[in-house]
Amino acid sequence: MNEANADLLRTMYQVALTIRRFEEAAIGQYRLWNIRGYFHPYIGEEAIAVGVISALQPDDYIVSTHRGHGHAIAKGHDTRLVMAELFGKATGYCKGRGGSMHVSNLGQFNLGANGIVGGGIPLATGAAMGMKQKGSRQVVVSFFSDGASNNGVFHECVNMAAIYRLPILYVIENNHYAVSTPVEQSTLLRDLSKRSESYGIPGLSLDGNDALRIYQAMAEPLRRARVGEGPTLIECKTYRHGGHHINDPGAYMPKEDLARWKAHDPIDVLRDYLAAAGVTEAAIQTIKARVEEEVAKAVEFASQSPQPSEVDFLQEIASL
Amino acid sequence: MAMLKYRDALRLAIKEEMERDPLVFCIGEGIGERGGSYKVTDQLYKQFGPGRVIDTPISEASFVGMAAGAAIVGNRPIVEILFVDFACLAMDQVINQAAKYHFMSGGQGFVPMVLRTQGGAGNSLAAQHSQSLEALFYHIPGLKLVMPSTPYDAKGLLKSSIRDSDPVVFIEHKLLYMTEGEVPEQEYLIPLGKADVKREGTDVTLVTYSHMTLKCLEAAERLAAEGVEAEVIDLRTLVPMDRDCILASVKKTGKLVIVHEACKRGGIGGDIAAMVVEEAFFDLDRPPVRIAGKNTPIPFSLNLEKLCVPSVDDIVEAVRSLG
Repeated sequence: MNEANADLLRTMYQVALTIRRFEEAAIGQYRLWNIRGYFHPYIGEEAIAVGVISALQPDDYIVSTHRGHGHAIAKGHDTRLVMAELFGKATGYCKGRGGSMHVSNLGQFNLGANGIVGGGIPLATGAAMGMKQKGSRQVVVSFFSDGASNNGVFHECVNMAAIYRLPILYVIENNHYAVSTPVEQSTLLRDLSKRSESYGIPGLSLDGNDALRIYQAMAEPLRRARVGEGPTLIECKTYRHGGHHINDPGAYMPKEDLARWKAHDPIDVLRDYLAAAGVTEAAIQTIKARVEEEVAKAVEFASQSPQPSEVDFLQEIASL
Repeated sequence: MAMLKYRDALRLAIKEEMERDPLVFCIGEGIGERGGSYKVTDQLYKQFGPGRVIDTPISEASFVGMAAGAAIVGNRPIVEILFVDFACLAMDQVINQAAKYHFMSGGQGFVPMVLRTQGGAGNSLAAQHSQSLEALFYHIPGLKLVMPSTPYDAKGLLKSSIRDSDPVVFIEHKLLYMTEGEVPEQEYLIPLGKADVKREGTDVTLVTYSHMTLKCLEAAERLAAEGVEAEVIDLRTLVPMDRDCILASVKKTGKLVIVHEACKRGGIGGDIAAMVVEEAFFDLDRPPVRIAGKNTPIPFSLNLEKLCVPSVDDIVEAVRSLG
């Protein structure tokens, strides 16, 4: 493992840990009633956002999901502004108009999370068509779930991206549950990437808890996309560490499955890579301390931020 | 001035905007070499090629959403849905995505797309190809809604719609494509949200839009022969709506008849009547009257189909009943 790889791993570990600690801190704030609404944590799935987005250029687009805080953080968003949006504060990325399910930040090429399962797939595909129209080399990544891959727009869009050779990566975050319905009850396929064959494009199924392997696997799909060869379907197999949202205890998830996946925690996988690369325990502790400080600042910033102005809101909607 | 068909005026608007702005493109079913079912995009494929006049599979939900996605990243797509009835397949993308994106992003993003489609009865196309569904879009904050009645309005409003920064639903009427009207040679735009008084009158206000404008004008001519001067307001844009134009006319005439082809129940006429009652109750000499489509799916047989849509006779009778 050379120094460049160690740097990459350090960054990936820090981002993954930031997502984990951000979610844990935000759940704490939810329990204090500082955050309301639906909250779908990304805990357990961090490696996917980290692995995929680490391989992108800063001006590549992503389209996220209702479980979208991790994508936003991996894309380099200011955790203070993400947290403020979750709090519904005026300082959030969407000025408190969006909330957890609609965080977007166009300045960093995140077209946004989405409250409709599968709803972002056409937007992502259209963004890719827009890039092709403009002759841009920018690529779009469409994140969505195993559940969304049973929605009609998934099939329509992958088909169209294939025929138009659009610069897009479709990333299925297969966390094995569509809300409470196990993936085994939704499709007879065991590898969802096989759906790529129906549309004449490549597909791959990956260990969704191994950020480094995911990062490495992005090279060929990104090359294809940038040279106009079209989309790739990438399945990342993972597992939620809890229910669908934080008020869902997930009683339908077998304990032994959860234990097995937790033993293969994406944060631990990265930490093991770091140790193997010769990064000292002291250095890892330094990263952890940095993350704790950042998350604490995010909570403090969101707590102290003002509510959105009611006067401004009423003015804004007068013409709608 | 040249005499142009409605469909040719629409095509000219698209052609001019595509020549003006390389970010404008068309996407839809059979709009390329075939030129679209109603020939609005005829010959555009030849001029602009498959990269900007894009034929799609039968995937309405997705290509409407793709138009929204392309719009968000700075393109100006014109997406064609063959029949407004088929727009039902794309409603998530219209209502939950395109209409809300600007708002939900806290004003960061814009969705400058046009959804062109056509509706209305009159060709014996039965219940799934003849509807007037504008009220569905009218109800959704975040969408603009345009329904022109003449070639002149069609061209000027389509150009404005393409340049608008919000999603615009632009509904044509299948009986209007072959109608002719004068269109200036030089470029012009018609701002969204401005009604047009198609006929001035002092005795009664007829508020209408799209194909019913033609029927109201015909009714007005017959009423004039009886000594009743009807003012015909063609709304042209339903969202934003030119309320001032309606209220000024009602102030003058004291009588309001609203005419639309869509079902009466939940129709736009009810909203206009309520608005006038709220804003100008004491200008009204009589209760407002709505002449609208019957609350029924459209039947196939032409004789039955006719019964479902307001006729010139219906409009004349309604005005007469006001005394």
